[in-house]
Amino acid sequence: MKFSIQVNEGPYQHQATDSAYQFTKAALEKGHEIYRVFFYHDGVNNGTKLTTPPQDDRNIVNRWSELAKEHDLDMVVCVAAAQRRGIVDEGEMQRNGKDAENIADGFRISGLGQLIEAGVQSDRLVVFGD
Amino acid sequence: MSTLHTVNKSPYEKSSVGSCLAHVNSGSAILFYEDAVYATIKGASIEQLVTGTEGVKLYALGADLKARGITDDKLIDGVEIVDYAGFVDLAAEHDRVQAWV
Repeated sequence: MKFSIQVNEGPYQHQATDSAYQFTKAALEKGHEIYRVFFYHDGVNNGTKLTTPPQDDRNIVNRWSELAKEHDLDMVVCVAAAQRRGIVDEGEMQRNGKDAENIADGFRISGLGQLIEAGVQSDRLVVFGD
Repeated sequence: MSTLHTVNKSPYEKSSVGSCLAHVNSGSAILFYEDAVYATIKGASIEQLVTGTEGVKLYALGADLKARGITDDKLIDGVEIVDYAGFVDLAAEHDRVQAWV
């Protein structure tokens, strides 16, 4: 079955992003397809490579990147939510005249249309948030 | 057409558990996870509301129960414990998933 996942919360704030990760991992282990993971609102904070949690804590950002690499996941960060919160890729850096980018491996910045398309193309859209 | 409703907030913190219970139809299911597992404790003030829905299957996420020290014997009768794989199965078995976030 084709699943898409929507994450509305940032890491280390609420349990939502942990639950979303565990659900995504379990779905992949069961042989389901993850069509897309869409990060919206504070969820875009899952996509900054500048995150440096203590060594004995889980690294939520790296965990997503590793899962994406392993399963070729499409992880999309909402552009408007990202701009507000300082999540920047190469293109956004140039477009907005910034001197740095911070998008983590496996994430890409795109529009809300990607969420709508994920909802249309997937059998189930599962939402995690606060 | 059946719906899996998911709730993740304590009924003593937010009104989402109550809203969910007011909207579920017979044949649907509710999965309580994260802090919403507090709604599945036997003898709590919310119990009557939780068990008052006819024909609705009740589930709680085992990892979240364990993290909060809620052992099986403290659960409302009929609440079934699932793991993350069981959560995925529930999402697949029902026609849609409605998150009460």
